[in-house]
Amino acid sequence: MKLSELQFGQTAVVSKVLGEDLSLKLFEMGLLPGEEVALENIAPFGDPIAIRVGEYKMCLRLQDAENIEIKLN
Amino acid sequence: MKQEITVALVGNPNSGKTSLFNALTGLNQKVSNFPGTTVDKKTGYTRLNADTRAQIIDLPGTYSLYPKSADELVTYEILRNKAETDFPDIVLFIADASNLKRNLLLLTQVADLGVPVILALNMTDIAERRGVFYDVQLLSDALQVPVVPINARQRKGIAEIKAHLLNEKNYSKHTYFSLSGVNEQLLNEVCEITDKRNTYAALQYAINASVLLNTKARQIRTCFEKYAFDTRGFQEKEILARYHIIDEAVRKSRREKSSVKIKSITAQADKILTHRIWGIAIFLGLLFLVFQAIFSWSTYPMDWVEKGFLISSQWVEDTLPAGVLNDLLVHGILAGLSGVMVFLPQIIILFAFIAILEDVGYMARVGFIMDRIMRPFGMNGKSVVPLISGMACAVPSIMASRSIENKKERLITILVTPLMSCSARLPVYTLLIAMLVPEEAKWGPFNLHGIVMMLMYLVGFGAALFSAFLFKQFIKSETKNYFMMELPGYKLPLAGNILITLFDKGKAFVWGAGKIIVAVSVILWALASFGPRDDMRAVEAKYLQMAMDANSGKTVEELAAMKDAEKLEVSYAGVFGKWIEPVIKPLGFDWKIGIALITSLAAREVFVGTMSTIYSVGGDIEDLNNIRAKMGSEFDNQTGKPKYSLATVWSLMIFYAFALQCMSTISVVQTETRSWKWASIQFVYMTALAYLSSLAVFHLFS
Repeated sequence: MKLSELQFGQTAVVSKVLGEDLSLKLFEMGLLPGEEVALENIAPFGDPIAIRVGEYKMCLRLQDAENIEIKLN
Repeated sequence: MKQEITVALVGNPNSGKTSLFNALTGLNQKVSNFPGTTVDKKTGYTRLNADTRAQIIDLPGTYSLYPKSADELVTYEILRNKAETDFPDIVLFIADASNLKRNLLLLTQVADLGVPVILALNMTDIAERRGVFYDVQLLSDALQVPVVPINARQRKGIAEIKAHLLNEKNYSKHTYFSLSGVNEQLLNEVCEITDKRNTYAALQYAINASVLLNTKARQIRTCFEKYAFDTRGFQEKEILARYHIIDEAVRKSRREKSSVKIKSITAQADKILTHRIWGIAIFLGLLFLVFQAIFSWSTYPMDWVEKGFLISSQWVEDTLPAGVLNDLLVHGILAGLSGVMVFLPQIIILFAFIAILEDVGYMARVGFIMDRIMRPFGMNGKSVVPLISGMACAVPSIMASRSIENKKERLITILVTPLMSCSARLPVYTLLIAMLVPEEAKWGPFNLHGIVMMLMYLVGFGAALFSAFLFKQFIKSETKNYFMMELPGYKLPLAGNILITLFDKGKAFVWGAGKIIVAVSVILWALASFGPRDDMRAVEAKYLQMAMDANSGKTVEELAAMKDAEKLEVSYAGVFGKWIEPVIKPLGFDWKIGIALITSLAAREVFVGTMSTIYSVGGDIEDLNNIRAKMGSEFDNQTGKPKYSLATVWSLMIFYAFALQCMSTISVVQTETRSWKWASIQFVYMTALAYLSSLAVFHLFS
């Protein structure tokens, strides 16, 4: 399952990030395999989304969330 | 013995770095540029004890030492180069305890460069509210660095930090990441090319140089190819390995009390503030409030500034002996200064709003809400702040675009921001709209004046989006654009932080825009005051004659005003005005407007002053009604119709909406993009847009 498909109320664990540039940036921001994620907000126009990663909240665009594979808890 | 140590303040964005910097240095700080860049360098001083003071350098916040934006590059550049004058004796690393893991990644990278580090553990109160506690001693043992718990916003722990900075033998030299998996020959070669002894520093520099910095890039790339070194793969492994080390340290020192679970205010607030309907409504409401503040509250301080300058000009004019120097001071320098200072209230009010919203944590949400709308136009959510600020002044707004990581998105934002209607256009619109519609005119319950004014703002905004869309098609992007950022927890704003930001922004405007406006004012004063000698003399002689002729039926003031108008006509500015007349004639402009277009290059509002001189209103240039009446009653000699027809006035307004008649903007774009190329492109495209649109509008209405 992809991060972009995560629903409110679900939590999941990141399994893989596709794309080298993207993964480097995400890793630096603490979104790495094994981290727990949860959907927190969706922007008014449906994109980007705000997620809880570890202990903080970050936002990213759906097109990038599509490259993040997750496993539901 | 007096001595000084250099301390670099390093940390992630939103870790409380600015608060700590302000707590350490107070107002004892200054902003300059990092050498060779346009990035603000904030330095300040703090006394450690009777003999020692520390110079604190506030480095831009970053997540890692693989920089992605202009801001982050500065942090890296300062820390990588021991020969750099700003290279610190010690790094004061500030970390957000409520999000410790991610914060510590950068700490391990900095330490591995061979710089001693002290860890200031901030926001422990927030962590504790979530039931997370750190044992400072255990954390210090696990990381092998001194750890000082602080609360930057409440200024707690500052004395302890100072004590640690003094205690040099406590400086940690611990390193974390091992390069054991990397080919040794490659490392040797990289050290040689980059001329560094620290292998990690060398490899990191090489990786950054191969993509970002120009020096030695080719040599390094060849070397990487030779050993088939996968830089991206290495960076990933490096970061994961670092997190592994950090996990270990955090696990040893962290205690959780899960019983403490209060619902986070931030989560609750975001439900509303990013809501589909409420989120947008609140954002628009805030925008409205900001406008209200800029355009109505600011009128009082603006009046005071104007009156103050009026009084001081009058004083100078009366006190100094009449002559060129008097004239230069009054009509060149003081007029220029007044033109700068009069906008300061609006700019301060706008930036006060932005600083408060930023400190509270709302600005990140604005980016979040607006990203989707900005994207089709080649910009991102972070572009909204410069665009909104552009309604006060393009100069500080363009500087505010630095936080945009993607070069293409940043460039587009810079290119279109001056199309937003800035405060200098306001007096021009006010004069021209008054010629279009009477002040009392209503359209339904609304004041027609206000509607036309709003229309002009929308026209500017529309043109900005349209141009951005075009630029998006033509500008090539070197890197993929991401929009990822932290949405920090909401906090109460801190007056100290906001005042210091305002002080910085105000200074940036007064110095950045001010020096150019004053310089251009002086040049334009010279152009308007001097002309071909014979012509100027002829005017002088004519009025001397008229003054002696008691029967002319004119008062002394009227004669003086008429003389000024005629002198302007024969001056170099007048010559220029007539010279460009053939070019601007198709837009419905005559040489008089031509003069005003030229003098507007200092700042757009100079249009009003020039018009009042040309129409010899003289004296109080405030008297808009007077200028308007004179302009309105002028008739075209050939057609016999009013000179300022509907078509001409609309054409002029559109021209002022689009043309880049602002030397300060040109200059700031040149420094921000570090190229004349983009500054020229911007000037040309905006002038072309202005010319063609005015032409179209003129023909549409005539």
